[in-house]
Amino acid sequence: MNFDPNAPLLQVNDMHVEFRTRDGVARAVTGVNLILRPGETLAVLGESGCGKSVTAQAIMGILDTPPAHVTKGEVLYRGVDLLKLPEDERRQVRANRIAMIFQDALSALNPVYSVGYQIGELFRTHRGLSRQEAKRRAVDLLDQVRIPDAKNRVDDYPHQFSGGMRQRVMIAMALALDPDVLIADEPTTALDVTVQAQIMGLLAEVQRERNMGLVLITHDMGVVADVADTIAVMYAGKVVEYAPVYDIYAHPAHPYTKALLESIPRLDFKGRGLNVIRGLPPALTDVPRGCPFHPRCAYARDVCRQDPPPPAYQIAPRRIASCHFIREVLGV
Amino acid sequence: MFRYIVRRLLQMVLTFFGATFLVYALMFANQDDPYQALVGERPLSESQRIALNAQYHLDDPFLVQYWHYVRGLLTGDLGTSLTQRRPISEMLAEAWPITIKLALLAVLIAAVIAVSAGVLSGIRRGGVFDNVTLVITLIVLAMPVVVLAPVAQVVFGVQLGWFPVTVTRDAGLWDLLLPALVLGTLVIATELRVTRSSVAENMRADYVRTARAKGLTNKRVIGAHVLRNSLIPVITLIGVDIGALMSGAIITEGVFNIPGVGFNLFRGIRAEDGPLVVGFVSVLVIVFLVINLIVDLLYAALDPRIRYE
Repeated sequence: MNFDPNAPLLQVNDMHVEFRTRDGVARAVTGVNLILRPGETLAVLGESGCGKSVTAQAIMGILDTPPAHVTKGEVLYRGVDLLKLPEDERRQVRANRIAMIFQDALSALNPVYSVGYQIGELFRTHRGLSRQEAKRRAVDLLDQVRIPDAKNRVDDYPHQFSGGMRQRVMIAMALALDPDVLIADEPTTALDVTVQAQIMGLLAEVQRERNMGLVLITHDMGVVADVADTIAVMYAGKVVEYAPVYDIYAHPAHPYTKALLESIPRLDFKGRGLNVIRGLPPALTDVPRGCPFHPRCAYARDVCRQDPPPPAYQIAPRRIASCHFIREVLGV
Repeated sequence: MFRYIVRRLLQMVLTFFGATFLVYALMFANQDDPYQALVGERPLSESQRIALNAQYHLDDPFLVQYWHYVRGLLTGDLGTSLTQRRPISEMLAEAWPITIKLALLAVLIAAVIAVSAGVLSGIRRGGVFDNVTLVITLIVLAMPVVVLAPVAQVVFGVQLGWFPVTVTRDAGLWDLLLPALVLGTLVIATELRVTRSSVAENMRADYVRTARAKGLTNKRVIGAHVLRNSLIPVITLIGVDIGALMSGAIITEGVFNIPGVGFNLFRGIRAEDGPLVVGFVSVLVIVFLVINLIVDLLYAALDPRIRYE
């Protein structure tokens, strides 16, 4: 494969994904654009069902087809459109170039194989290493993700590890073949808070060591603020705002982002009511006319109910948002 | 693990005596005139009655009779058949080999067909193959052996002449093939459906998505990850089926005249041959219990999440 080392690490252009089910077509992703540089952490933020996990799985090419179909767009890795690659070459990209870790490590690991086997499997199938050599590498990796006593734990099964340790195993597995993109789909959601911090710290560390691009999918604004460089806020299958983390926290440009930030409990607002976003995100089979966010939006006017949101507007370099009333939201 | 096995074996002793007691009681309650059953159609004189009673204790109360029986069991004597006038142990030794051969052949045929068809239809749920097997399994499920066995015998044995019509004691595998096929239909449908749903369920599991994300080939995702998990319930089901087929061959053995366990049992029940029925059923109970224990141990070997203590 002719990867161009000078091309952007990972770029998603106008990707559309739909699920064709008996009950109708659900447009889960409707025109997502993302770009990721080496060493950068891109957080994809949004509520459940906004299409963030589908985006990640479409990049990996592990969506169940049917019912899911990528109907439009490009996923460029070092300039090569992965969507156009034959399955066999696409398969080689997985784990070798782009690896992924999942939310619930207990169900994401195979219960009947030891963790050493599951990590070693990568070396055996992709690198043709022997069982013994693969196991030795697995021990090294478990060591790297700081699993104590790795040598003796390599033959243990997933259920014998704690939640945090299991997620470390997942990370070890993802790092095995030295990918330069890591997609983490809500890696800490299933963990308690102290363990969350440890796992995020570990991810940040391995990312720095390897200069990997990290796509962090999450709905946790707190996690994002600590580690992300750039944030893509998704709503109903679209990126509504895309900006460096500092800008978004200081001056959100989209009403949804602003509402999300206002719904975070803050110590200095103690005693005051919390500004939650009312209502639920729309069902993807039944997205409202106009801007999908308008029923929940504080800025909504007639134009929002009738016309689709305007094309992404470049507010500043590397900063875009898609709303009729950006100026108003920014307060300029 | 060791303690678990010992506990299960001790439970088996209790189950064994419970089962013999129950079967003995049932046979006792079912008795009409055991003396007449013993001598058949001939008239029975009073002196014969007394002589038979001395041998078989048939006039004693139920519990005394059972006590005589258990005492015999404990000394390794399963008693003598009333109708055949032969030691039960000898008859068992003759009947078991062919029944085991028949049951294993039936299970093998059923498992090979059920697992391969079940895996294929589980991978492509709702496909043509899946729907065709669904219809076939429904037909097989709805067809009782009492119908299937004679029909198969007439069609393949008598009319087409592909298989021998009846089977003798020292029958080869080929002779047993037709009865084994008929017997296998008892379990093939359930085994197939269990395989299918297990595979279909595992195809949607999160770890399969992980395996795909690892860049494994489809063959490996299914062969190493999906199957290893899906076959756990199937293998245990097959184990239980072996026990069921050994005892469930009464009709098949009857139709094909196979002198196995079921055949003897059937004859014993009709002739009110108490010792024969109790002896055969007791051994069946043991076989069942041992197979169940093996299956449970196998389960732990296949699924690392299960540990016995």
